[in-house]
Amino acid sequence: MLKYDIIIIGGGPAGLGAAVEAYEKGVKNIVIIERDKYLGGILEQCIHNGFGLQEFKEELTGPEYAQRFIDKVEEYDINVMLETMVLEITPDRIVKAVNSKEGVFTIKAGAIILAMGCRERPRGAIMIPGTRPAGILTAGTAQRYVNMEGYLPGKEIVILGSGDVGLIMARRLTLEGAKVKAVVELMPYSSGLTRNIVQCLEDFNIPLLLSHTVIEIHGKDRVEGVTIAKVDENREPIMETAQYISCDTLILSVGLIPENELSQKAGIELDPITGGPIVNEMLETSVPGIFACGNVLQVHDLVDNVTAEARLAANSAIRFIREGEFGKSNIAVKAGNGIRYVVPQKINVDNIEKRIKFRMRPVNVYNNAMLVVKSGDKYLLRQKRQRLTPGEMIDVNLSKDILKNANLEEGIVFLVEEG
Amino acid sequence: MELKEITCIVCPLGCRIQVEMEGGEIKSVKGYSCSRGLEYAKNEVTMPKRTITTSVRAIGGHLPLLSVRTKEPVPKEKIQEIMLELAKVEVKAPVKIGDVVVKNILGTGVDIIATRNLYVK
Amino acid sequence: MKEMYDVLIIGAGVVGCSIARELSKYKLKILVVEKGEDVASEGASKANSAILHAGYDPVPGSLKAKLNVRGNEMYDVLCKDLDVPIKRTGSLVAAFSEEEVKELYELFDRGIKNGVKGLSLITKDMVKEIEPHINDTVVAALYAKTAGIICPYGYTIAVAENAAQNGAEFVFNSEVIDIKKNGDFFIVKTHKEEFYSKYVVNAAGLYSDVINNMVGAKPFSVHPRKGEYLILDKDQGYLARTVIFQVPTKMGKGILVSPTVDGNLLIGPTSEDIQDKEFKATTREGLNKAITVAKRSVDKFDVRKTITQFTGLRATPDTEDKDFIIGESDVKGFINAAGIESPGFTAAPAIAEMIRDILKDAGLKLIEKVDFNPKRRPVIRFTELSDEERNKLIKENPAYGRIICRCETVTEGEIIDVIRRPVGAKSLDGVKRRVRAGMGRCQGSFCGPRVVEILARELNISPLEVTKHGRNSNILTAETKKFLLEKAAEVLKKEVYENA
Repeated sequence: MLKYDIIIIGGGPAGLGAAVEAYEKGVKNIVIIERDKYLGGILEQCIHNGFGLQEFKEELTGPEYAQRFIDKVEEYDINVMLETMVLEITPDRIVKAVNSKEGVFTIKAGAIILAMGCRERPRGAIMIPGTRPAGILTAGTAQRYVNMEGYLPGKEIVILGSGDVGLIMARRLTLEGAKVKAVVELMPYSSGLTRNIVQCLEDFNIPLLLSHTVIEIHGKDRVEGVTIAKVDENREPIMETAQYISCDTLILSVGLIPENELSQKAGIELDPITGGPIVNEMLETSVPGIFACGNVLQVHDLVDNVTAEARLAANSAIRFIREGEFGKSNIAVKAGNGIRYVVPQKINVDNIEKRIKFRMRPVNVYNNAMLVVKSGDKYLLRQKRQRLTPGEMIDVNLSKDILKNANLEEGIVFLVEEG
Repeated sequence: MELKEITCIVCPLGCRIQVEMEGGEIKSVKGYSCSRGLEYAKNEVTMPKRTITTSVRAIGGHLPLLSVRTKEPVPKEKIQEIMLELAKVEVKAPVKIGDVVVKNILGTGVDIIATRNLYVK
Repeated sequence: MKEMYDVLIIGAGVVGCSIARELSKYKLKILVVEKGEDVASEGASKANSAILHAGYDPVPGSLKAKLNVRGNEMYDVLCKDLDVPIKRTGSLVAAFSEEEVKELYELFDRGIKNGVKGLSLITKDMVKEIEPHINDTVVAALYAKTAGIICPYGYTIAVAENAAQNGAEFVFNSEVIDIKKNGDFFIVKTHKEEFYSKYVVNAAGLYSDVINNMVGAKPFSVHPRKGEYLILDKDQGYLARTVIFQVPTKMGKGILVSPTVDGNLLIGPTSEDIQDKEFKATTREGLNKAITVAKRSVDKFDVRKTITQFTGLRATPDTEDKDFIIGESDVKGFINAAGIESPGFTAAPAIAEMIRDILKDAGLKLIEKVDFNPKRRPVIRFTELSDEERNKLIKENPAYGRIICRCETVTEGEIIDVIRRPVGAKSLDGVKRRVRAGMGRCQGSFCGPRVVEILARELNISPLEVTKHGRNSNILTAETKKFLLEKAAEVLKKEVYENA
């Protein structure tokens, strides 16, 4: 069986970032397995700008950001298997994959980096009653049609959900001459970035209807309209507020789900909140030698953060193949009041170099609140934050010194203190 | 005195910037957290600009479209006109990332550049 | 002289297709005329409970009873020949009170009268053994060993394909708008053309009354009885091993919880008499009812794991006995297989036999074909192959090495195959029903564009012409830039006009 030091599953930003980092740190016997015809993953269809401000200190489009890494992969001559689908991963790091050239084959890895990204939540998962006509698609699928395949999915559009992809598509379709009639959001706040609300909706006078949802889809063969209604505080529709909007297309931007079917088959433990693997400070999953980064671990807002995460995963994988298993990560990291989840979910302070970055999302919108890190009754950190919103991921850095000097027996809790 | 509230779109922080105006002149700017934000806010109240990202039709490439953008931001009011102009453009593969697709689009002084490599099919 | 068919069958649901296949065993010219774009694409064969009923439910002595029991027996051989997955899971009618237990005795009694084999009344302990996740409130159950699960459209497609292999012809997108008896044959008119046939079989489901009345036979009516369903992710499939019914009511066999043959969990149907034969929508009330009632049987399922929902319409006859309407009408040569509601799917092969005999009695000559092939060319299911088999296949045809639907692991080779087969797929839903591409967790978000591309290539049409389910259900509206070019042309026209 062919053996690689590191097998990277997924050739999007996370996989590319991990591959380049591993190579630059001297581990060259690596391979990227990608199911699409090209490297770059979802970035290839994200032709809008806003990528790379942290990573390259300039504003790039998705394909430009990806190309910076693809150029390096080519320069370093890193092994890439395109149009190859991984069928199975085993806990002893054997990867079974298939493509049309080699058929089904197995390869063995010193370490595996999971970088499969995420997928969009479909209609079924949000239970909109009504008919099942053509013209209902997710924002990402719409984006692929418009930007990659060269087709417009409709002319009069309603978008359900105000995730970033939905906002981006509202602008994209408007620019292409379609009419986006409304963006309908169930929550009282948008789950997209504020800048996207400004430059994708406000710039084009597209109404954003907060605390609203689509309660019925109409049309036999093609969408003919949707009925929307306001929702109460329990997110139940208020029927008296129902109104009909005629449209030929309903685009869904109702959330992203990390793609972990392969991880599950390998026996990797998942976090029910993030949908991604439970990881430690090394981004190692519950199966030793298998690491996760990017949207397969947690859904990010910014690709720059994905790249940073990928670097950490690559360095951890290198350490694993050189030094073997790490000591146990016994300290639990928990989401307290006001925080939905925190990644990593457990840590071992000895493995941290100088500082460690925690990423999390709040459960609600908070203005001028304190972001607090506690262990037992002791405060490890208190930071004032102007604005916290579920649409924007929170980064918190903790230094090794703080952690070393604290009694962490009761674990670490992240929470929001209001007022 | 007029107060304008702006949400900065330069980076994902989304700073809320307040600009005080008097007789078309900027009196003060508050709430920004970097020099790019200050620049953006000043522009936004006088001549708002945006980077347009879109695509043009392509022949013989691995994709039917080539993704492009304005090399620098262009006046916001020009967006529609530039989109109509770009709809007429067709390029032939191969194209290299960064290549100029349209020079000085509609006299704005800004070039349209390719944002990906387009390979011959 | 226009071609003369021996038998023209109206409707390509499971009943029409089963009849076509049965008749394709004989030297006959057979045509199936279907309103929809595909087999099982419009009516009850597309959307039902996907169950082979044991047969304890129908009134003893009725056609429903007789044909249900006979049909059930026939499926093992049929599924083997046609390469259709079937699971004899057995079914439970669960009683949750002493009151309901009484009903079980009645059902048991009826089952015995109907000749159902493998029926037993079982106590709570045994129920829990068979069905560990059923609610603890269960008291007892009627266990029917012969009940099973099957994919209803998958089976219908297979039957149609085998009928076509044996010479039956199919036309789609052809709604019958008029039927006239012309001496000793019928002229059947659609929007597009006319067909001549010596015999006409009416298997038009919900519209079987319309067809019957069109030809001037003694009128009857059929109305839709709506049932709403939910399908949950495969990770919920473990919650039911058998088909779990509740004690039936007047309106039907109640809301069930059942595994599907593909491993998902099915919940439903509700039961509501409506008027509109085209009503295909789900409703908030209906779905909520299905969920609430199903929770009475099994409360552990997670509704958030719903991957899709649908409404099915049963073709309920408005006759006094509510039985199937099967037989030659008072218009000689016009034969009804009408008002086929539950257990119509189970009964379909037996109905086909019965129609054959009726045709024979009506004077149709049945001469057996020596070359009738009961077997459908086996379907390749990549997920079910060993790695050696996969490699052999990919070597012969590299398209089997390209996974298109990643949720259900469907290859390009499988998709091309079902497009090229007889009575092949012509739309996104057609592909989905045949190979499950787009039926998984992501519901086609990822593979949709790829399947559109493959369909366009194979059918030699533009992606703009590819539909979800025929008619005007186009997936795409225009090429990118089309709207802008139209606007640019308008602007230009305006300028020219203003300058003039």
